[in-house]
Amino acid sequence: MEPITGAEILVRCLKEEGVEYLFGYPGGAVLHIYDALYNQDDVKHVLVRHEQAAAHAADGYSRACGKPGVVLVTSGPGVTNAVTGIANAYMDSIPMVIISGQVPTALIGNDAFQEVDSVGITRPCVKHNFLVKDVNKLAETIKKAFYIATTGRPGPVLVDLPKDVTIAKTEYHYPKKVKLRSYNPTVKGHAGQIRKAVDMILSAKRPMIYTGGGVILSEGSTELVELTQLLGYPITNTLMGLGAYPATDKQFIGMLGMHGTYEANMAMHHCDVLIAIGARFDDRVTGKIDKFCPTARIVHVDIDPSSISKNVKVDIPIVGSVPNVLRAMINVIRDEKLRSDTEALARWWRQIEEWRAMKSLSYRPSDEVIKPQYVIEKLYRVTEGKAIITSDVGQHQMWAAQYYHFDRPRQWINSGGLGTMGFGLPAAMGAKLAFPDQDVACVTGDGSIQMMLQELATMKQYHTPVKIVNLNNGYLGMVRQWQEFFYQKRYCMTYFEALPDFVMLAEAYGHVGMRIEKPGDVEGALREAFAMKDRTVFLDFLTDQTENVFPMIPSGGGQNEMLLAERDEMVSTHDEGMVLL
Amino acid sequence: MNNNDRHLISILMENEAGALSRVANLFSARGYNIESLTVAPTDDPTLSRLTLATSGNEQIIEQIVKQLNKLIDVVKLIDLSETEAIERELMLVKTKASGEQRAEMMRLAEIFGGRILDVTEATYTIELTGSGNKLDNFLRAVEKDAILEVVRSGATGIARGQKALRA
Ligand SMILES: Cc1cc2nc3c(=O)[nH]c(=O)nc-3n(C[C@H](O)[C@H](O)[C@H](O)COP(=O)(O)OP(=O)(O)OC[C@H]3O[C@@H](n4cnc5c(N)ncnc54)[C@H](O)[C@@H]3O)c2cc1C
Ligand SMILES: Cc1ncc(C[n+]2csc(CCOP(=O)(O)OP(=O)(O)O)c2C)c(N)n1
Ligand SMILES: [Mg+2]
Repeated sequence: MEPITGAEILVRCLKEEGVEYLFGYPGGAVLHIYDALYNQDDVKHVLVRHEQAAAHAADGYSRACGKPGVVLVTSGPGVTNAVTGIANAYMDSIPMVIISGQVPTALIGNDAFQEVDSVGITRPCVKHNFLVKDVNKLAETIKKAFYIATTGRPGPVLVDLPKDVTIAKTEYHYPKKVKLRSYNPTVKGHAGQIRKAVDMILSAKRPMIYTGGGVILSEGSTELVELTQLLGYPITNTLMGLGAYPATDKQFIGMLGMHGTYEANMAMHHCDVLIAIGARFDDRVTGKIDKFCPTARIVHVDIDPSSISKNVKVDIPIVGSVPNVLRAMINVIRDEKLRSDTEALARWWRQIEEWRAMKSLSYRPSDEVIKPQYVIEKLYRVTEGKAIITSDVGQHQMWAAQYYHFDRPRQWINSGGLGTMGFGLPAAMGAKLAFPDQDVACVTGDGSIQMMLQELATMKQYHTPVKIVNLNNGYLGMVRQWQEFFYQKRYCMTYFEALPDFVMLAEAYGHVGMRIEKPGDVEGALREAFAMKDRTVFLDFLTDQTENVFPMIPSGGGQNEMLLAERDEMVSTHDEGMVLL
Repeated sequence: MNNNDRHLISILMENEAGALSRVANLFSARGYNIESLTVAPTDDPTLSRLTLATSGNEQIIEQIVKQLNKLIDVVKLIDLSETEAIERELMLVKTKASGEQRAEMMRLAEIFGGRILDVTEATYTIELTGSGNKLDNFLRAVEKDAILEVVRSGATGIARGQKALRA
């Protein structure tokens, strides 16, 4: 076999892994790789306008289609720019492989031009990383990187590639399989634990199913729906888990947590058996730990042992992958014809319906000013609930989660763990590349959109027509809300005295811009925008500047201590809550 | 279990550049404390053995063990505090040893099973091994101002019985 360069080996490996898109940005240290990308069209390269966007776009692509996102950046500032995007993927357990250029091995440690310790900088926010010093190890390392990124609890893996390694030549062999003696995720749940869990689940008088991003990451939605419907139990999803169970089904009682529905949080608080599946008991969900599910025995299914009993001690841990474990549970219940306590369940449902009747997501409509919730309701209507929705971070994100009812997994793409403003737009581009025939909308805010605005140019270049739904309240609304509630309306640095003309801006980038100022125009504008199938349309909705997200559990509160719309007097939060976020 | 029980955790990991920083990083990033840490290659040159002493309540130790296991470079680990184990630490001490002190210092070293490795007119350099406790006791037994320098390796350990930690 003819020896080929490291750069050529890399490109062949990517092809072997079935990589469709590479999101990247060139520079000195990766010039050889870019040269190897020239004159081939197996791997399509998307030239973003900022490396952070490369990682977010790869991330959005991955969340939409399930395949790992792949990123290529140069050394130094290329890597540091990408770090936010890598950390974002890490926090939400998104499979990603990042190839970063590095200065030649002989110069490493020399403070060479554009040198940073990429492996060191990214160590805390990757699942694993590698520095490849020998071209003979390159193919194997790439194989390992994809294997680690996509198995077990997924996550980003960075491969740092010194320039001389991309130039050096060797024979190319891509290993069919890799085995790592130190890494063997447990996929199949322990049969004894599953049996014990089923007994506990069926003994419940007030059961509650709480599921998260793990169901989506593991493609476990089919099993989840089957089990939930077999049991007839109420189910709630985390922000990351929305869509894993159809939101329009009556057993679904809404999202839980800080901005979850009244019924979901009350049911959590009062349940006697909690069935947690692929969720990690995040502080946005638990509220104050001592007040969390005070009367519940807990079953927890998760592939990562360190997610189990991290924040909340559980009674029956099951380490394994969601579809495997749920299938085993379904089989036990079916084979042994086991039944739940239907009488108790009927009583429980009556209670839940009472809570549901509070209509915690109702808001005061207006004919004068556009209510942000109304825009999302119309977006849902106009897209018939079928669009892929990406979101930025802030109030608009919560409204999108609350008012767009996601019926399928991978339909809702947002930054949950890191809460990265700027994620939405590049993520929408990635999602559109994965599914060019589906409608993709990015719900964003006037603050967030300005963090990755430059990607409008990339979207023009690669023809990724998405609809940008800007809920423009002139404020960093989510922060303003906290200042209103907890800092006596001292609005420090949350008002934008200057905002660009987004319509002109969209047009400057070659897209369509629309400004919508009246409630009566909302639906028409959305219809017009979605009719323009092949254009990116920026819809700038001027929305109520004072609107707040409800319900809300103030930090330090328990799940039964929710503030519901303007009905509640806004009390200042518990003192100990003030240190929490 | 006590709130701040000390645990001796022994880890078999890939002998790769960066593996040690991953462990150290984990402890600083998650706010766990490390009392001591030792690391060296094993009979298998692809593996190193790292032993660390840490403390925390049951829940913290459980998370530490899980988080360590989650590191890709960690092949296996054992919490030696959960089994019958032998713990050893090496200490080198330079002491004053002149006049009357000289005989007294030699006697003390003998009692603690130490060896005198280097001698000058005014000093002894003594080697001692044992559990951390024993070494502490030696230092307490020696007159404070007689101690010139102390070097400790940090604790290492191995389980008793037939069980062996291997890849
Ligand atoms: C402004 C803002 C407000 C927010 N408000 C809320 C809120 O009100 N409610 C809310 O829920 N969240 C909210 N969040 C999101 C929150 O911060 C967390 O990101 C989220 O709650 C975590 O979701 P999750 O528990 O589903 O975990 P994820 O981060 O999705 O983690 C997935 C879990 O599944 C496991 N897993 C992965 N693969 C598998 C597999 N194959 N099998 C089994 N398990 C697997 C993982 O180990 C992990 O434990 C908010 C975020 C922001 C930015
Ligand atoms: C990169 C980044 N910086 C700061 C924050 C803190 N933060 C959270 S929400 C928010 C306001 C977002 O404003 P906007 O995008 O206009 O959305 P709105 O809340 O007004 O809907 C800020 C500043 C963040 N999440 N991400
Ligand atoms: Mg805003």
